[in-house]
Amino acid sequence: MKVLVKDESLCIGCHTCEEVCAQLFFKTKDLGKACIHINTDKDRFHHIGICNQCGECINHCPVQAITRGANGVVRINKNICVGCMICVAECPEGAMSRHDELVEPFKCISCGACVKKCPTGAIKLKDIEVDKKEKAVF
Amino acid sequence: MSEQLNKMREAHRLLSEYNYELGEIDKGYTNRTLYVNVGTKEIKSKPVTQQMKDKFIGGKGFGMRLLWDAVNSNTKWNDKENEIIISGGPVCGITQYPGAGKSLCVSLSPMTDIPIDSNVGGYFGPLLKFSGWDALEIQGKAEKDVLIFIDGNTGRVTIEEAPLEHIDAHVLGEELTEMYADSEDDKRNVAVITAGTAAEHTRMGILNFTFYDKRRKVARLKQAGRGGIGTVFRDKNIKGIVVHFTGVKGDLNHMADRAKVTRAGLKVHKEIHRYDDKQFRIRQIGTANIVQTMAEHDLLPTHNYQYGTHKEAYHIYSDEFQKPYITQGSPDGCWYGCSLSCAKAADNFELLTGPYKGDKVCVDGPEYETVGAVGSNIGCFDAQFVLEVNFYADTYGLDTISLGTAMAFAMECYERGIITKEHTGGMELNYGNKEVALELIHQMSRGEGFGVIVGQGVRKMRELFVNEYGADPDFLFEIGMEMKGLEFAEYLPKESLAQQGGFGLTNKGPQHDEAWLIFMDMVNNQIPTFEDKAEALHWFPMFRTWFGLCGLCKLPWNDIVPMSNKTAEEPAKIPEHVQNYVDIFSGVTGIQIDMDELITQSERVYNFQKIFNIRMGKGLRADDRIPYRAAGPVTKEEYLSREERYDKQLVENVGVDPTKMSLEEKMAKMKEYRLSQYSKLQDAVYKRRGWTPNAVPTVEHLKSIKMDLPELIEIIKPYLIEEGYWNEAE
Repeated sequence: MKVLVKDESLCIGCHTCEEVCAQLFFKTKDLGKACIHINTDKDRFHHIGICNQCGECINHCPVQAITRGANGVVRINKNICVGCMICVAECPEGAMSRHDELVEPFKCISCGACVKKCPTGAIKLKDIEVDKKEKAVF
Repeated sequence: MSEQLNKMREAHRLLSEYNYELGEIDKGYTNRTLYVNVGTKEIKSKPVTQQMKDKFIGGKGFGMRLLWDAVNSNTKWNDKENEIIISGGPVCGITQYPGAGKSLCVSLSPMTDIPIDSNVGGYFGPLLKFSGWDALEIQGKAEKDVLIFIDGNTGRVTIEEAPLEHIDAHVLGEELTEMYADSEDDKRNVAVITAGTAAEHTRMGILNFTFYDKRRKVARLKQAGRGGIGTVFRDKNIKGIVVHFTGVKGDLNHMADRAKVTRAGLKVHKEIHRYDDKQFRIRQIGTANIVQTMAEHDLLPTHNYQYGTHKEAYHIYSDEFQKPYITQGSPDGCWYGCSLSCAKAADNFELLTGPYKGDKVCVDGPEYETVGAVGSNIGCFDAQFVLEVNFYADTYGLDTISLGTAMAFAMECYERGIITKEHTGGMELNYGNKEVALELIHQMSRGEGFGVIVGQGVRKMRELFVNEYGADPDFLFEIGMEMKGLEFAEYLPKESLAQQGGFGLTNKGPQHDEAWLIFMDMVNNQIPTFEDKAEALHWFPMFRTWFGLCGLCKLPWNDIVPMSNKTAEEPAKIPEHVQNYVDIFSGVTGIQIDMDELITQSERVYNFQKIFNIRMGKGLRADDRIPYRAAGPVTKEEYLSREERYDKQLVENVGVDPTKMSLEEKMAKMKEYRLSQYSKLQDAVYKRRGWTPNAVPTVEHLKSIKMDLPELIEIIKPYLIEEGYWNEAE
């Protein structure tokens, strides 16, 4: 399946990926509404927060609004989601996103739009075997 | 729908119908309550006044206000005027903070004859509010078994005769969920309240609240356990209450500041994610995690609270449930957004006795209280047995706490020869007799035999044994673990004076809802003086009352501890989490409060309930009299089991030399000392709460908390005059 992968040593912190994502997802310049997050630490190192489609969030959703689609990508059905944000707290990558203005969380769907605009190749869309974390249900 | 369900539904006969405008929730309130009289068949909407919101907040506050207006000082639990009120409160139904889907049930109790309130999970409270109602107020008595149905999407309420459905909760919960859901996916939008067959024949009936578990595909049950509200429910000939609301989303409460609430919730979700495994393991095994801790600290009630542990106790430690029975790996919150997920289930649990013998069922639990009550307290150290009793108690509609404590009392009476096989119908009622214990429970369901006598609770049993069987009233008072008619919850209080107050100086009887100070007092020694204990017995009951005003669960307050607590000035209060509650209250309602105002909100309702008790003939100092088993060693065996400790206390605290005293003399001295300590504690606590020595709230105190309502002053005036606390200027 296609998953976003990163090489943080190449990231220059230009935030282009966030701009592209926020524009595509919510038609906004508010970078808080991007599904990818660039955080720069005190040593000026840029950390890239991205979803690796592990599916841990699927286990924690009380209403089963989060599922893995046929293409392997984990998606939120906003019609079912009740906005509890447990998935945000439980995400091992810190990649599940939320915004004060929005009732439901949102996440990367491996569309690759950010990859196309990244000037350094710090993020790539790769076809890999994912270590799936969702557990069998009863 | 199956053919059987179709037949059941076709047999319904419409008795009354009411259509209403759907409306919208404004900052946590729908601003109206739903009144249903199953006797006169009247259904109507009542406005929520500003005074109700200002003084009573919601939840049990609304319940107390509505009940006060419905009854008079002579009303009994089984009079048609008595009500059952179910209300969530303004915060109920938010999904962003753990434990925010609670319903508070209020009624005059068959066990205590005073108001009881019981806090329960499940989806009913939130769905009731989303259907347009801050509370459901039920009055009257139906002639035949009825259902109340609330359709929150079309705005329709009906009372229907329902002759064919079953009564037992695990069957009826499934039947009504399937009957009123449009599809499998829709089942989570149906919430059902039921009682059970034993609720009809005992006084300790519970209300079962369902929540549909999508993963396990079962309507699971949470219980409003204390005080016999299920008995009132069946006395009114109500079989079930159903609410159906499709369309739950994250902000149906239309919060004043949703982001503030979400941020507080996320903080706690992350704490739970990081620390629960290392702290209380609530996600793994729920409240049963503390069985071992209680046993190790000599606090696990054993053989009717005589002892605090037992050599066989390890058979009912949490691991004995977790590994063989409990299925995990699923969100087990009883409302959306509860990441603490204390609700646990034993799936495919095969029953060994009773009418459902051989069935494989889903048992919700066990809770710690259940393990203590029907495990150690009756001497049955067997996890399978505890789960079997847990299942039957739930489906028959029995409070496991009152059940276990009442059985333990009957067993002690049997072991001491106060009652014999002649009274028990030939049953050998010894501690640890699992077969007999289960048969008693099945008898409660069938309404026959000695089981029905046990099901009346300790106080009624005691009266029967004294009046009919010639038992010694003083001894039975000392070993009968009830106060105000309600059975004690499952913590051994005799070595902790503060916990004696936590049980004894309560409004509704000795439960674990108000104050749990054993660890603060005994283990951590944080409240050494009477003033310290009185302060704790003011703050903690008031703070814990507040959960019930808002529709919240207590567990996410102190069953997960944030890192800031390491440096907190008063760590027992978990100040960071108290601030979270201040934030979510103002975030939902838009009303700005602080920690002090939060406590005052509770004090208003607490004092109202206190005066309600006085109005109903209880609630004075004499009603806080504690059975000595809760305060010290009643029997020689109990004294000898802790002789070293007790002897040391006689030297250090009483100032006598036990080596020169007989056992009887030591016991008498210890009793005199401990009861005098309890009496001193009463004085200190009443003073701190703004009450007279006779436990009556003063007018001055009511004024200070802005609760000097004329109907309250009218009740307390004669008591204040008698005690010399009445000022004519008032």
